[in-house]
Amino acid sequence: MPGTLQLTLFTVGIALLGTLLILPPGIGLAWLLARRRWRGKVVLETVVALPLVMPPVATGLILLKLFGRRGALGVFFERGLGVDIVFTWKAVVIATAVMAFPLLVRAARVAFEEVNPRMEQVARTLGAGPWSVFFTVTLPLARRGVLAGCVLAFARALGEFGATMMFAGFIPGRTGTLATSIYHLVQLGDDSAALKLLAVSVALSFAALAASEALLRRGRT
Amino acid sequence: MNRIVVTGLELPLGERRLRAEFTCEARVAALYGPSGAGKTSLIEWIAGLRHAAAGRLEIGGTVLADAATGVHVPPQSRKMGYVPQDGALFPHLSVRDNLLYGYRRVVDRLPELTFEHITSVLEIGGLSERSVRSLSGGERQRVALGRALLAQARLLLLDEPFASLDSSLKLRLLPYLGRVRDEFGVSMLYVTHDPDEIMALCDCVIPVDGGVAGPSCAPGLLFEPSRRPRYERRAGA
Repeated sequence: MPGTLQLTLFTVGIALLGTLLILPPGIGLAWLLARRRWRGKVVLETVVALPLVMPPVATGLILLKLFGRRGALGVFFERGLGVDIVFTWKAVVIATAVMAFPLLVRAARVAFEEVNPRMEQVARTLGAGPWSVFFTVTLPLARRGVLAGCVLAFARALGEFGATMMFAGFIPGRTGTLATSIYHLVQLGDDSAALKLLAVSVALSFAALAASEALLRRGRT
Repeated sequence: MNRIVVTGLELPLGERRLRAEFTCEARVAALYGPSGAGKTSLIEWIAGLRHAAAGRLEIGGTVLADAATGVHVPPQSRKMGYVPQDGALFPHLSVRDNLLYGYRRVVDRLPELTFEHITSVLEIGGLSERSVRSLSGGERQRVALGRALLAQARLLLLDEPFASLDSSLKLRLLPYLGRVRDEFGVSMLYVTHDPDEIMALCDCVIPVDGGVAGPSCAPGLLFEPSRRPRYERRAGA
C-alpha cells in the first residue's frame, strides 16, 4: 500500500484532471442546452443525465465495454493510439469525469439560463461577435453557477467509487483512490488504517465545501 | 440623415405576425403603439437580432436584411445602438468599462464621438469609476445611451428608454436626447406610447397597431398640436 499522502495526492490529482477534462465540453453543452433549440437535444440531455440516476457500477460496466478490447473506443485507443485505458489511472480519470459531468452541466445550464439574453443582444449590437459575447458577457455573468458546478463535479470526482471500481479496478499504487482504498482496507479488516483515510476524506470534503462557499461569496459583490 | 426603408416585412410574433411597410427620413422617428403590438420585435429585427419570414430593410442606401436574397448583416456589423428599456448595463463591469465595451471594438472612430465629448454632453463623466449597481435609474439610461454612442452607432434604437422612470425624471432626461440628436448627428428610432415624448422629439411617426406597422406620417397629423406648447412648458424647453 502506498502512503496516505501519496494516496491523497493521487486522488486529488485524478479529481482535478477529471474536472478539467469535462470543463470545456460541459460548459459548451450547458450553453447549447440553455440557449439553443436543436434536434436531438432531449436525447442528449437524457444520456448526459444517466450517470446521475443509474447505479455507478452500471456506468462503470458501460465504460468497461466501450473501452475494452472489443469496444469501439477501446479499439480506437489501443490500436489507433497505442494507449491502454482499462485498469490504469486513465480509467480512473474517465470514470470520475463521466460521473461528474452531469453535475457540472446542470449547474452551468441553470447559470446560463439566468443570464438576461438582453445583455447578450446589447453586446452584439455594440460590435461583439458571438464568441466574444460568450467570453465577455455570458460566462462572467454566469460565473457563480459555473464555479459552483465545478466544485460539485470535483467533489463528486473525489469520492467516486462504483464506476471506478468496475472500470479501473483496485490496484494499489496504480488505480487505488481514497474511496476504493477505504473499502479495500475494511475488507481486509484493517479498520484503523481505513479510519485514517476516512479522516483525510472528511477533511478534503470540508475543504472543497469551504472553497465553494468562499468562491460564491466573492462572486456576489 | 438616414433613410429607413422597410418593405414587405412579415415578422412572427408568437402566434401572430407583424406586417410592416414604411419609409421614413427623419432625425428622430417614433414607433408608436400600444404595448404588445410588436414594437420591440420590430426594433430587434432592425438591430439584426431577429430573423423575419419575409421582408427587406434598407438604411441610408445599404441593404441590411433581405429575406428574399438571404442577406442578413449580423448585429455586430450594423452600427446600431440598441438601448432597451432597462438600459441593460453589464453588471460585472464598471461604468467606464461599460462605456468602452463597444468603443474598444471599433476601428473607424468618428472625431465627434469621443469619450470626453460624449460623457460631458450626457454629464456622466463623474460616474466612470462607480459600479453599475450604484447608479440611479436616470444615470443608468444616460450611461446606456453613452455606451451606444461610443460604439459609433449611426442609428440609435431606443426602446422606451424612460418607461421605467417616473415622469419628473423623464422630463429631465428628454433634453439629453435632444442634445444627442443635435450634437452628434446621429439618427434615432424611438419606441414609445407617449404622445408627449413624440411631440417633443420626433419628426416622423410610424404607428404600430393591429399587426401592422406603417405607413409613416408627421406627428402633427396623429396628435393634436395643442399638446406641444403644454409639453414644452412642462419640460422647460
